Amino acid sequence: MADPMRIRANVVGDSTEVKVLMNHEMETGQRKDPAGKTIPAWYIQTVTATYNGKTVLSAQWGPAVSKNPFLSFKFKGGAKGEKVQVTWTDNRGEKRTDEATIA
Amino acid sequence: MDTQRRDILKKGGGITLFTLVAAAGWLPREAAAQAAWNKAAFDTKTMDETMKALGGGAPVQSKDITFVQTPDIAENGAVVPVGVTSTIPKTESIAILVEKNPNMLVASFDIPAGTDPAISTRVKMGQSSNVYALVKADGKYYVASKEIKVTLGGCGG
Repeated sequence: MADPMRIRANVVGDSTEVKVLMNHEMETGQRKDPAGKTIPAWYIQTVTATYNGKTVLSAQWGPAVSKNPFLSFKFKGGAKGEKVQVTWTDNRGEKRTDEATIA
Repeated sequence: MDTQRRDILKKGGGITLFTLVAAAGWLPREAAAQAAWNKAAFDTKTMDETMKALGGGAPVQSKDITFVQTPDIAENGAVVPVGVTSTIPKTESIAILVEKNPNMLVASFDIPAGTDPAISTRVKMGQSSNVYALVKADGKYYVASKEIKVTLGGCGG
């Protein structure tokens, strides 16, 4: 299982700012190992953030997103103590969901 | 009534129903978007191909799209911070493209109503290149570009 994400969600005015730091190799499939073999691609393809069961952001990523991806966005609403959930799925079908409490 | 429902579920009817619902497009747009990863769009190598794969025409240059917290010169191509903000009303999605990467499309974000059309992330760049921010708003595509110089490429490792 992949390492947990670090999610921070803060109320800014009438919005909630969410910052996510994921742990993922994000291998492009273009690099070669010392033996000259291509390292197979391994990267996050879809990311979804939900708040109160409602999708607040969904994204499709290619391999050109940096290793250990960072993402930040803002959505209207959100109150302290409520939860924001972030889920990613990679091209191997692995999945991870983490949640954070809005502060 | 209830037992019937259970029988149907047991027979795997639930899965079939879900497939039908998804196929008929009854699911909200967000749900459909997260299920499908647009392989065609991520395989493209030119702006025209990408636009075709995304199903849009030629994008219009726009001054309402701005890059925030994006450097002019990136020291490390493996980690280039890119932030895009759109002030175009009804922004539906924001995509980031790097012209000289092996595949142009880096990431595309769907912005549901209630979410600010402003996102930031980090991308890899093989070499100095133009970076495009492609915004879909009200069914139309808009684009803005910025040149980022890379002093150390992000693809050689």
